[in-house]
Amino acid sequence: MTGKKPRNLLYLDGVSVSFDGFKALNSLSFVVEPGELRAIIGPNGAGKTTMMDIITGKTRPDAGEVFFKGDIDLTKKDEAAIAALGIGRKFQKPTVFENHTVWDNLELALNRSRGVFATLFYRLTGEDKSRIEEILSTVRLTVRRDDLAANLSHGQKQWLEIGMLLAQEPELLLVDEPVAGMTDAETAETAILLKEIAKTRSVVVVEHDMGFIRDLGVKVTCLAEGSVLAEGSIDFVSNDPKVIENYLGR
Amino acid sequence: MITSFLIKSLDRTIVVAVAILLALAVIVPALNLLTAPEHLLHVPTYLVSLFGKYLTYALLALALDLVWGFCGILSLGHAAFFALGGYAMGMYLMRQIGARGSYGNPLLPDFMVFLDWKELPWFWYGFDMFWFAALMVVLVPGLLAFVFGWFAFRSRVNGVYLSIITQAMTYALLLAFFRNDMGFGGNNGLTDFKDILGFNVQADGTRAALFAASALALAGSLVVTSGIVRSKFGKVLVALRDAESRTRFLGYRVEHMKLFAFTVSAMMAGVAGALYVPQVGIINPGEFAPANSIEVVIWTAVGGRGTLIGPIVGAILVNGGKSIFTAAFPEFWLFALGGLFVLVTLFLPKGVVGTAQNYLATRRASHAAARKESESEKSASLAAAETMAAE
Repeated sequence: MTGKKPRNLLYLDGVSVSFDGFKALNSLSFVVEPGELRAIIGPNGAGKTTMMDIITGKTRPDAGEVFFKGDIDLTKKDEAAIAALGIGRKFQKPTVFENHTVWDNLELALNRSRGVFATLFYRLTGEDKSRIEEILSTVRLTVRRDDLAANLSHGQKQWLEIGMLLAQEPELLLVDEPVAGMTDAETAETAILLKEIAKTRSVVVVEHDMGFIRDLGVKVTCLAEGSVLAEGSIDFVSNDPKVIENYLGR
Repeated sequence: MITSFLIKSLDRTIVVAVAILLALAVIVPALNLLTAPEHLLHVPTYLVSLFGKYLTYALLALALDLVWGFCGILSLGHAAFFALGGYAMGMYLMRQIGARGSYGNPLLPDFMVFLDWKELPWFWYGFDMFWFAALMVVLVPGLLAFVFGWFAFRSRVNGVYLSIITQAMTYALLLAFFRNDMGFGGNNGLTDFKDILGFNVQADGTRAALFAASALALAGSLVVTSGIVRSKFGKVLVALRDAESRTRFLGYRVEHMKLFAFTVSAMMAGVAGALYVPQVGIINPGEFAPANSIEVVIWTAVGGRGTLIGPIVGAILVNGGKSIFTAAFPEFWLFALGGLFVLVTLFLPKGVVGTAQNYLATRRASHAAARKESESEKSASLAAAETMAAE
């Protein structure tokens, strides 16, 4: 490893972590290139969410390396520092700030200085205002801007959360099951939205919905028991006998 | 920057509350000092001090609301910050006694002479100067809150665990201040005050001035707190209260946010304690009792947490009730207080003020909806009339 720094946007090598003896990740290695949209599939317990926890600093790996933009060691940083570096995360269950309006949710997410005094004396500039308005129209929530996030429908909350990630302007976006619980129409729109987002940044999507993955039409990584089982196009991966045995066939 | 921060803090409720407090700061002392004792509107001095005491309690409850209502930190140790501010003021008042104590020692307070101490302990230096004592009133509670919060929030101690360690903190201070060799008067605390800033603490004029100072301190703190919770920082506080880890993943340093709110709140509690001590004439370790901190939580809950005005109303209502109740049926007060807490939790979870605000908001919303409906009906009938005319 010495002397040869990886130049990928995200680089995981030999990452292992176990909880009470259970190996959630077992020497997981994979890379994401700048501007790439990557789908991750795998059965329950394959380590998909744990992998996201490691990348975003919620969990520390027992072994292995995690680098961002070549030489930033993510295993040494906490959640806030990693978010500030430009890694955004969308959770499986939509988590928006229910006691805030849609507008305030986006204002909080907006990529501005996040210190105590910077927020204490923050004033909404015209630039920030138009940026929030732009995001509101992208995620189709303009008419609901003054409503509390608690009063949004499930699909709208998912979209608000995607809007918050856009406001964060991350270079790498980790998205956990974005279409769970969505209608078919909402699912199709979400695929379009994610492809749009991936034009300007890298996106890693974890999803169970094979139809949705096919809509995305991108490189797929299949995880099982904490390591990579297969990687390639959706047709290649779904015809892999190991994948069929571990995941699709069940 | 500062002015826009303060202007943002002023919504209608806050303006009204500040106006009431400023009016009280003028009217109550005036009615006390300028009217004859037999006059109908005369406010006796004991009532001035009693209400002054309520105002300091209200300030303590407001301080708690900042951390509990907006930040989700249920501090069960806020009376400790109040007592520390009170002790800082008490030390100043002790030094003002000078040679007028029972033992006539010009330097040492009576209890030190009694304990046969020869010289003033180092931590009593400077307390003969008001500015120094005033600084300590905010610095000591603030520093304790900062150090305590630094460790607690960095280690991500949350919820009930945090509440328990705040109780432990105030209990530890209670035990420490009970000890004679701590140098704060032990069991008896600090009392027999004579002067504050050269004025006799017992005089009507001084009492009226202390009342006015308490009202002004409360009004000022209300404006500052309101500015904090209405800023983007305040929105982050509510966000981390409701979804802490989500806030972290947005890139906010949750521990710094909490630490700032907790420290500011402790400083406000210290100011409240400093205004309390000259009005009641004593500070002793009993103020650190864990039950005191829990009472503050009850005032805040009764008034309505997360409303700023609620804790002020709650502190005055509950303590007013306490004064009346303990005179009539002294042995039942704690039962009444406990019962009140249970009733409020069951039937008014948002407290008196929170419930009233909700009621007004829904009424306004339904009025607006009704108006919109009648307008659309009108325009519909107008359109119908037009089509009829066209036909």
